[in-house]
Amino acid sequence: MPDHHTNMREPLILGNKALSDVTDEVCGIIEGKPTRLWWMAFATSSTVLGIGVIAVIYQMATGIGTWGLNKTVGWAFDITNFVFWIGIGHAGTLISAVLFIFRQRWRTSINRAAEAMTLFAVICAALFPFIHMGRWWLFFYNIPYPNFRGPLWINFRSPLVWDAFAISTYFTISFVFWYLGLIPDLATIRDRARGLRRKIFGFFSLGWNGSYRTWVRYEVVYLMLAGLATPLVLSVHSIVSMDFAATILPGWHTTIFPPYFVAGAIFSGFAMVLTLMLIARKVMALENYFTVRHVEAMCKIIILTGSLVGLAYLTEFFTAAYSGNPYEAFVFKNRALGPFAWAYWTMIACNVISPQLFWFKKLRTNLGFVFAISIVINIGMWFERFVLIVTSLHRDFLPSSWAGYSPTIIEILTLMGSFGLFFTAFLLFCRFLPVLAMSELKGVLSYGRPPRPKADSATPEKGEEELASIGSQPERPVS
Amino acid sequence: MNRRIFMSVYEHEEDILGVVGAARQKGLTIVDVFSPYAIHGLERIVGFRTSRLPIVAFLLGLTGATFMTWFAFWTSAVSWPINVGGKPWNSLPAFVPVIFELAVLFAGVGTVIVLFARARLWPGKEADLPFDGITNDRFALLLEESDATFDPGEVRQLCERFNAVHIEEREVETD
Repeated sequence: MPDHHTNMREPLILGNKALSDVTDEVCGIIEGKPTRLWWMAFATSSTVLGIGVIAVIYQMATGIGTWGLNKTVGWAFDITNFVFWIGIGHAGTLISAVLFIFRQRWRTSINRAAEAMTLFAVICAALFPFIHMGRWWLFFYNIPYPNFRGPLWINFRSPLVWDAFAISTYFTISFVFWYLGLIPDLATIRDRARGLRRKIFGFFSLGWNGSYRTWVRYEVVYLMLAGLATPLVLSVHSIVSMDFAATILPGWHTTIFPPYFVAGAIFSGFAMVLTLMLIARKVMALENYFTVRHVEAMCKIIILTGSLVGLAYLTEFFTAAYSGNPYEAFVFKNRALGPFAWAYWTMIACNVISPQLFWFKKLRTNLGFVFAISIVINIGMWFERFVLIVTSLHRDFLPSSWAGYSPTIIEILTLMGSFGLFFTAFLLFCRFLPVLAMSELKGVLSYGRPPRPKADSATPEKGEEELASIGSQPERPVS
Repeated sequence: MNRRIFMSVYEHEEDILGVVGAARQKGLTIVDVFSPYAIHGLERIVGFRTSRLPIVAFLLGLTGATFMTWFAFWTSAVSWPINVGGKPWNSLPAFVPVIFELAVLFAGVGTVIVLFARARLWPGKEADLPFDGITNDRFALLLEESDATFDPGEVRQLCERFNAVHIEEREVETD
């Protein structure tokens, strides 16, 4: 730990690495043969994916009557999974964009993997509304184009349409952000590789050569994208929450939803990044790059967002009691004490109580413990969406139409399959692309290290500011 | 016409920053500086003007927002108006979320495309690297030798003062 009397910071990357060490170690992961562990993980996840694919084909062919839905509970497992995955998908761009704007330099160790995770999570999420359509072959009705049905346009007043726009924009921008960050690293791999690999990486690295003119513009665009992605991240889950909040159903119709959903999304997203990175760290020997310090920083964000989520649960109850609306009050009593009370209390235990343990430094620096809690949080966040959706629906205004809900095996297999897809995609990413952002890590390598002893001559006689005032020299084209 | 280029290669960020500053002070013509990662503050030392890409991003965002405002209005109120729960044809507040998304989409994707065009990056382009380790761990400074005042001996000394690990003079063709 740094002494309070010095201004020396703790290094972000341990092991006193040189620039070439970063290149060698990160590229080494994808240049070598896959390990046994990787093959085992890949075999498992792709098998699960395969089962999921069969389940999806079956329900697409048969119809969503294969689900456990009934007239009262018209939204349940499927939408729970959708909101769950979209929530997971929030951490990546939050880490790349929001932490970038706040100059949190520790993000460089996790941003690449977190962004990839975002993309895969959004793909998993998008799958669910697609299946839920039932007549999925009419998917293109979602797209506003001049058609022969009127022309019948989509309804821009509907939160479901906002959602479609928000998620496709989010996916596109996240992808562009991720690819832009990858370009310098693709060039690094290209320059080390031969044969086919060199050709492929050469094609996608766009002729990157590290010239300062490109770097300057690249940095500016990166900042622009971060600035654009920050409100975008907040907008996406806000809009998802409006799918519920814009209805008049007690339990859904609350103004607290957008911030509550965003906090929950960041909460679950960080938990998933922790789960993945703690595994990746061990399997790929990245201990020096992803250190206890990174884990601690993420745990602190989890404490914050977890507390916000807990506060939102309390606020909902308070509002229900204070509003004097008997329907609202009933929904919340039913949530905590009704037939789904087990799900509600699972959610409280996982989301409100477990993250509070991270206040103890001993616990948040114990990586095994953090790993366990990160999984607990994800279970809790899945239950949050389940409780929110099912308990608000299953006992509606007319007691004669009250119903229960239990998922069918098809629904459970589909959820499993989405995990299979997520992990298969992530494993392939770890295999073929650099898991760490090399060019960004190199930039923070000297952080917190004593400066190199330098000769007097190595300091320019004039300060940086003075040099800048000399005026720009005419730009010349590079040959 | 051919240009003579004086290239020096370094191993550390401080060295490249120092030598660029010194070269600039001496009035040497800096052709290019290559580095494996973005060096903050380098553009100020070289004297590279501020990028105008933020303006591009703003204009593109504005285009997206304007287009979507018009499109939502035209589809909902002009082309085929549908009564949805008695809401007005032009439900501007309800159009805001989609207008915002389109602004972000246009600005984000558009700016990156403009960047690729401006920095002359395209898929499959052959990389033009002056030295082998640039994308790994080397920094290179390229100076132009055509100035009448250019004294290779003196410049070599300057570069060595900043721990240059490799110095080379070469002729390149310019178009």
